[in-house]
Amino acid sequence: MTRLPPPSAVKLGLVIDLDTCVGCHACVVACKGWNTQSDLGTPLSDQNPYGADPSGTFLNRVHSYEVTPPAGPTQQVHFPKSCLHCEDAPCVTVCPTGASYKRGSDGIVLVNEDACIGCGLCAWACPYGAREMDPSAGVMKKCTLCVDRIYNDALPEVDRTPACVRTCPAGARHFGDLGDPDSAISQLVTDRGGFDLMPEQGTKPVNKYLPPRPRDRDTAGDIDILAPLLAPVAADGKGLVAWLDRTLSKLPGGHG
Amino acid sequence: MHPAPSVITFTTLSGLGFGLLFWLGIGLPDPTGWVATAFFGLAFLLSVGGLTASLFHLGHPERAHLALTQWRTSWLSREGLAAIATLLIGGIFALTRVLGIPAAPLGWLVSLGCLGTVFTTAMIYTQMKTVPRWRHWTTPALFLALSLAGGALLANQRHPALVLLALCAVLQLVAWTGGDRRFAASHTTLATATGLGGIGRVRAFLPPHTGSNYLLQEFVYVVGRRHVLQLRVIGLILAFGLPLPLIAAGLSHITALVAVLAHVAGVLCLRWLFFAQAEHVVGLYYGKR
Repeated sequence: MTRLPPPSAVKLGLVIDLDTCVGCHACVVACKGWNTQSDLGTPLSDQNPYGADPSGTFLNRVHSYEVTPPAGPTQQVHFPKSCLHCEDAPCVTVCPTGASYKRGSDGIVLVNEDACIGCGLCAWACPYGAREMDPSAGVMKKCTLCVDRIYNDALPEVDRTPACVRTCPAGARHFGDLGDPDSAISQLVTDRGGFDLMPEQGTKPVNKYLPPRPRDRDTAGDIDILAPLLAPVAADGKGLVAWLDRTLSKLPGGHG
Repeated sequence: MHPAPSVITFTTLSGLGFGLLFWLGIGLPDPTGWVATAFFGLAFLLSVGGLTASLFHLGHPERAHLALTQWRTSWLSREGLAAIATLLIGGIFALTRVLGIPAAPLGWLVSLGCLGTVFTTAMIYTQMKTVPRWRHWTTPALFLALSLAGGALLANQRHPALVLLALCAVLQLVAWTGGDRRFAASHTTLATATGLGGIGRVRAFLPPHTGSNYLLQEFVYVVGRRHVLQLRVIGLILAFGLPLPLIAAGLSHITALVAVLAHVAGVLCLRWLFFAQAEHVVGLYYGKR
């Protein structure tokens, strides 16, 4: 049924910390791996993977942006992007077959691949590029919030989170109930000033992003706050390195 | 947006077919016998042919019947139902005309169904908040006007064709003028897309993948935009500029064929631009439009 259910009390989703993300793409690989071996749907296919023009279906991708503040140095921000499990999901209501749906119990947006005709309209309706048509399967693929992990009693409890969250080496991805204002993840959003992507599109995303923290400003004019710690070790004129420095400098052509 | 040939063929041909069926429905012209067979045959050939073409871009055409189930929320579903209902009633009406049985009210219902079908087709595009160029009243207005104008041309309705073709040209110019500014007016930018605009100026630095992907192929189509002016002029001349003086001078069989062919080629060009020129907001994430 492509009519949206009334807003659920439980809103499962992700919080992505743009301050901590190091842009390693481990979440991308873990997501691709899990959702290719999972029996929830068809595998995420690749086209021409070892050829000149490889491409493939991914449910999570990491962009990198350069942000230049009015004053101070430019920052690079790594930016993972996957389905935001929107409360007013436009991808659900446009679906002509009922394949695209939002769960009334926990707010997860899913695709019933057996009913998907591969018309692509849901991907058109999504402003975030969260849906990709799999050219091999001819059906629409999207983030399932690893619904086959988070409720899976066969897995150890520590693994009952989405694959991207479980694998993130920087702790930049958090999973939990954003419908509960007292949950750890909701507290994180409140404390850090979490925000929505493209709020003007009116999709009311469940997933939130945490802004990068302000950078330390170095007053000595160095390129980095750690620069003083990187000064030459032999500057005090003691030890083996200092002796080597003096001796080599005395040789013809040496730098004094 | 990627200009899929199947969707361009579908919207152009079925628009023309339902346009012709509209005029037949209101009895302009009101043929019987073999002439009715030819007129209705052409209308059904175009509309059904167009609808069949639309199935070719589906990943699973064998499940297409499921697309009729979600009419409560989905414009695509509504379009499917409207098209099938109109063609079914249209078939019965065609039979009454061929046999010469009077059934004018049934014809009016067919005409209403034609308008509904073309309107629901247009609403599939108009509803997309993600494509600001389409999200405007000019989209359904132009779809409807083009359908009726092409139908009038095929139905040999001289005065309605003249008025509607001129109206189409004006609507098309209004749609382009406003459409060119609508992406900026939507206030969706890389700053809102990333939420980083508060810190400073945002620029896409590294793409998430080295090759292409579905999103870039489907939503970031730049070829059409490079030759926009030339294509707009060609489209306008073929669709309206050529047929208008021909119709005004009075059509013979030869000039009617030229007018129809020029009009169809022009509408194909304009419809190609409708897709190829449309910018989807997801392109912002890639620093593209």
